[in-house]
Amino acid sequence: MAKTLAEKVWDDHVVRRAEGEPDLLYVDLHLLHEVTCPQAFDGLRKAGRRVRRADLTIATEDHNTPTIDIDKPIADPVSRLQLETLRKNCAEHGVRLHPLGDVEQGIVHVVGPQLGLTQPGMTVVCGDSHTSTHGAFGALAFGIGTSQVEHVLASQTLPMSPFRTMAVTVEGELPPGVVAKDLILAVIARIGTGGGQGHVIEYRGPAIEKLSMEARMTVCNMSIEAGARAGMIAPDETTFAYLKDRPHAPKGADWDAAVADWRALRTDDDATFDREVVIDASTLSPFVTWGTNPAQGAPLSASVPDPAGFADAGERLAAEKALEYMGLTAGQPLREIAVDTVFLGSCTNGRIEDLRAAAAVLRGRSVADGVRMLVVPGSVRVALKAVEEGLDKVFTAAGAEWRHAGCSMCLGMNPDQLSPGERAASTSNRNFEGRQGRGGRTHLVSPQVAATTAVLGHLASPADLSDLPATTGA
Amino acid sequence: MEPFTTHTGRAVPLRRGNVDTDQIIPARWLKKVTRDGFEDGLFDAWRKDPEFVLNQPARRGATVLVAGMDFGTGSSREHAVWALQNYGFKVVISARFGDIFRGNSLKNGLPAVTLPQETVDRLWALTEADPAAEVTVDLLDREVRAAGITAGFELDDNARWRLLHGLDDISLTLEHEARIAEYEQRRPSYRPRTRNR
Ligand code: SF4
Repeated sequence: MAKTLAEKVWDDHVVRRAEGEPDLLYVDLHLLHEVTCPQAFDGLRKAGRRVRRADLTIATEDHNTPTIDIDKPIADPVSRLQLETLRKNCAEHGVRLHPLGDVEQGIVHVVGPQLGLTQPGMTVVCGDSHTSTHGAFGALAFGIGTSQVEHVLASQTLPMSPFRTMAVTVEGELPPGVVAKDLILAVIARIGTGGGQGHVIEYRGPAIEKLSMEARMTVCNMSIEAGARAGMIAPDETTFAYLKDRPHAPKGADWDAAVADWRALRTDDDATFDREVVIDASTLSPFVTWGTNPAQGAPLSASVPDPAGFADAGERLAAEKALEYMGLTAGQPLREIAVDTVFLGSCTNGRIEDLRAAAAVLRGRSVADGVRMLVVPGSVRVALKAVEEGLDKVFTAAGAEWRHAGCSMCLGMNPDQLSPGERAASTSNRNFEGRQGRGGRTHLVSPQVAATTAVLGHLASPADLSDLPATTGA
Repeated sequence: MEPFTTHTGRAVPLRRGNVDTDQIIPARWLKKVTRDGFEDGLFDAWRKDPEFVLNQPARRGATVLVAGMDFGTGSSREHAVWALQNYGFKVVISARFGDIFRGNSLKNGLPAVTLPQETVDRLWALTEADPAAEVTVDLLDREVRAAGITAGFELDDNARWRLLHGLDDISLTLEHEARIAEYEQRRPSYRPRTRNR
């Protein structure tokens, strides 16, 4: 029977199938971070159970970790306790941990791929919804809750009912200056925050095939913002080239065997999806959000929409509430929205290509007066690479703050937060009320838009800089 | 997990759509390492407003949350479910739930009951007009009942069976230990390991 990519990976991992019950799925890689697993380890301990496969498990510290003064004790005692709990649990169960200060530390979804642990055809889970990121490699990767974390720790499996399948086919070519973040924001605006509910989205088509691995991760990362359980992209030469020689990639004959298997990981020509959406890449332009959910977005060239224009009563109400919270008025051009803060980072856009793209805009320019810009690399490895390329100097010369790796202002669990009423352009993935700090207002943007916004002080894309030549000699 | 068969209680009508997990329990509450003590963080931002429905004296002791469309979207934080349970909710009703939230709630014995928006509207109207109105959620008959309202809901047999008996998923799975071991024998040898065993 013809199958989609997601169905192939699913079927490969069924340990047990029984009528009227969820499938029991095997988990190839389990990622842990400090926030969603303490209660899971606690449950194991109470039941007298052990971690079944510590060798398929890896932990990192990211959500709570400070991005300055990392050599000092963590000021917040509750954050400190959470990190200490993770360290204790990992030591007790023999789980590999990359703590703050370690060279492999970073955001869990940046660390897995860069170590080469995320590979095509695998099942990857983590107590974190943005586990969908790993689907960029053709893995079936999805976020789970703490009870499920405990379940995987104890059994390396999960009882799951099959997901539905959805294809998002991106035809044509992205115009110059339009990037993966613009594409995924436009997709979410099109299908809505609930549009992908219960589905695995497979992104396909010529515009997707041309994306780099890092751009593919940006796309798959935000699948959850469309309500989907996972996002996937079929592995191809780009995937193999990224993986080759990574620390945990197969070596020698194993590599050849793996690649041979991976090449078969494609949706069969005659397979059908439960739902299909087609997007024409050539119609896209830089895209930003104006509201308080990731589907409330529009092209940068547009204006804040009038809630009265929404046909659906729920959407109208949501838009009214969003404008009130965001302090915006209908009809206001998006380009005229001034920001206080720019955040470059997160598992969506905290990789080296993102930093390079922002640095290209900032080189020889400065962050506007009254604007603070935080640059938080997604991992220590990303930070080291940026330093090697001199990007940190570009950021600091422009007046931005160069920070240590972690989740940081993506969710403001550490001290990096917005204050009430403060407005940010952020390369992260969620613009929910209070997400980046109580009362904070978030506009989701690409790294290119973030950097330009920092320079001009209002939402803008690099094209807006044409009349402002970079000062030379810097 | 506590078994759940049927529950009757007063309701909190939450007339808001897209209530994501950051609204249910904001990130700064996620630093705790226990499963309890999250009640004060529930709907944290809105609780400061005395007008907020949860703060109204008439809603004290209510156990059924009747929420708007797309409740529990966003992050995977199970803390959202614990916060609702710690506060005293026994059931959540919505026309549509975030997938991970729904899975989490069923695993914790908090039925997330999906009803058509039109029924949710009627439950809102009823419980807004009369805060003392009771709502019954009956898992045996898969039915929600309130004055003038009887609405069936869908819940797959397996999830229902687990809720009714308060079954622990992990014990059920570990009964198939031999199957897991057998699967491990046939996994491709090139699959990565995070460390040597
Ligand atoms: S960067 Fe943000 S979205 Fe990504 S794992 Fe961290 S908190 Fe979650």
